[in-house]
Amino acid sequence: MVGGEPMSSKDQILARVRSALADVPRDEDVPVPRDYDHSRSGPDVVELLVDRLVDYKAEVREVDDVAAAVAEALTRRRARRLAVPSGIPDSWLAEAEAVRDDPPLTPAELNALDGVVTGCAVAIAETGTIVLDAGPDQGRRALTLVPDYHLCVVRRDQIVRTVPEALERLDPSRPLTWISGPSATSDIELDRVEGVHGPRTLEVLIVVSRP
Amino acid sequence: MNSFVGMPSFPEASSVAVGDAQLRHNLRKATHTIRAKRAAVVGEQPDWAALREAGAAIKDRTLRHLDVYLERLEAAVVAAGGTVHWAADAAEANRIVTDLVKATGETEVVKVKSMATQEIDLNAALADAGIRAYETDLAELIVQLGDDWPSHILVPAIHRNRAEIREIFLEHMADWGRPAPPDLKDDPRALAEAARLHLRERFLSARVGISGANFAVAETGTLVVLESEGNGRMCLTLPETLISVVGIEKLVPTWQDLEVFMQLLPRSSTGERMNPYTSMWTGATEGQTFHLVLLDNGRTSVLADEVGRQALRCIRCSACLNVCPVYERAGGHAYGSVYPGPIGAILTPQLRGMAGPLEESLPYASTLCGACYEVCPVAINIPEVLLDLRAKAVTHGHVGQRLAMGAARRVLDSPRWLAVAQRSAGRFRRWTPKRLPGPLSAWSDTRDVPVPPKESFRQWWAASR
Repeated sequence: MVGGEPMSSKDQILARVRSALADVPRDEDVPVPRDYDHSRSGPDVVELLVDRLVDYKAEVREVDDVAAAVAEALTRRRARRLAVPSGIPDSWLAEAEAVRDDPPLTPAELNALDGVVTGCAVAIAETGTIVLDAGPDQGRRALTLVPDYHLCVVRRDQIVRTVPEALERLDPSRPLTWISGPSATSDIELDRVEGVHGPRTLEVLIVVSRP
Repeated sequence: MNSFVGMPSFPEASSVAVGDAQLRHNLRKATHTIRAKRAAVVGEQPDWAALREAGAAIKDRTLRHLDVYLERLEAAVVAAGGTVHWAADAAEANRIVTDLVKATGETEVVKVKSMATQEIDLNAALADAGIRAYETDLAELIVQLGDDWPSHILVPAIHRNRAEIREIFLEHMADWGRPAPPDLKDDPRALAEAARLHLRERFLSARVGISGANFAVAETGTLVVLESEGNGRMCLTLPETLISVVGIEKLVPTWQDLEVFMQLLPRSSTGERMNPYTSMWTGATEGQTFHLVLLDNGRTSVLADEVGRQALRCIRCSACLNVCPVYERAGGHAYGSVYPGPIGAILTPQLRGMAGPLEESLPYASTLCGACYEVCPVAINIPEVLLDLRAKAVTHGHVGQRLAMGAARRVLDSPRWLAVAQRSAGRFRRWTPKRLPGPLSAWSDTRDVPVPPKESFRQWWAASR
């Protein structure tokens, strides 16, 4: 640059990148071979998801009556006050108190609750993953993070087998949280310990037929 | 506190580590455990080779047109309500982040484990400005409390065993917040629980979070952070202001590309089918203020090297560390940077240039066995880059090495000189020393000096023809 303003860091970095790539034709586009599997055959996705969730120390049950199963899980855990996103009906909670995030609960308020009940956007069977996209039945991200117990309801039609199948169902403009089992660490001698900062208990109810 | 400036050369630093039996035991146990886990979950993925090929191609596609994707990413992040900053070097990145934190009026920040912020020594820069940075990843917490250096990309406290960690918690947690319970046991469960309690209040009251990112999607402006404990989610979600410092090589062109890396990274890294938590967000999310700091800090120099640029494909999985016979014995600290192991041996000298004895020695910190290349999920040919860097160390390296190589070339170039050299070597073979003199002793200290043969092949040929 001759005279004028000194180069901004952006211009400087971009100029360095272009000079570093002087050997690369500008109109080239490196082809990406996508010979990996998009989908695969294998055991039933519900069976596979259960297997993988159990492997990661999540509690899993296949249910047909959602409301009854949620109430039963909450009673078993003695969870009385729960964060509940707007899309989850009161009827699921039975005896327990539904605490709505409206106006938004503070982190301290969330910390005082016994847990959270949500749905999900997608579940990936092969990896035992549940993906939340902050939809009405899931709420904003803090809801499923601060309380120590997360009860998540997964419908059969939300389960895919592979990661590529999940990606194509997800909308990147939404905040996404991928959850595979409860919070864990392997930082001490690579011994896996479940339960650090996120919910220490993840319970998944898979709805296998219409409630 | 912990700075890698003025580190000794690799052979010097590693000889200390090799003599530490406890360290070698910890490292061996850890690397062998994780190696087996990785092998098992990679083995169950039938299309692994195709994923690896795609991963390498996606990264090459990005790197070879990085300017295009950087501008695309900036536009997408800005469109989603974020602010993008460009930092040419560590000093500029630190200045940008410090100013952003100061503007919030806060004097404390919570941090997600991030290689980029370690590389620029952000915590020290923040401390100089009166801002305390709290590391929240369990291993980073152990390193921070122990005023120590990270020694592994994925598990930075891999060199510490449970008893040592218990001591560190009991002694230092109180300096940083809630003290450890006095009756703390040394089982990992109790130690993790102590960390949970120690950091809980800090998370709930944090106003500023600082992170890196594993991936940044140019097409959508989406940032991705993979983690295990939930400390990442805490730092990314709860604070009102989020600042992410991201190396310019972290980009991938499209949303679809994540389908490859979300399979390659967890299996290569922790040896899990999927890590417990991954956060993906685009711009200012759920009312947050979001700043993205794009960091060069030597990456464009790496990019300029046609052989060495493949090192920028690295997704920091650390699989190469866990299979490396040299890393297993020398430990992470000997590599003198936040990037240890085989990838560090090629990345550090390229990022910093052949700046001193450490950088010049790193390309030799390898047996060239190739295990690192084999496990690399983005197929970085580490041995190839090591050899190329060795050639550069010789060309630009210190005087003694240049003189020796120059002399060797003169002799090997001329049949006459070679014959003279071989004849005299044979004649004086009785005087072959056990230990070579001066700086050459470094070589003979760990090897037997070969005794030259009585006669050279050419002498033998001439005599027996």
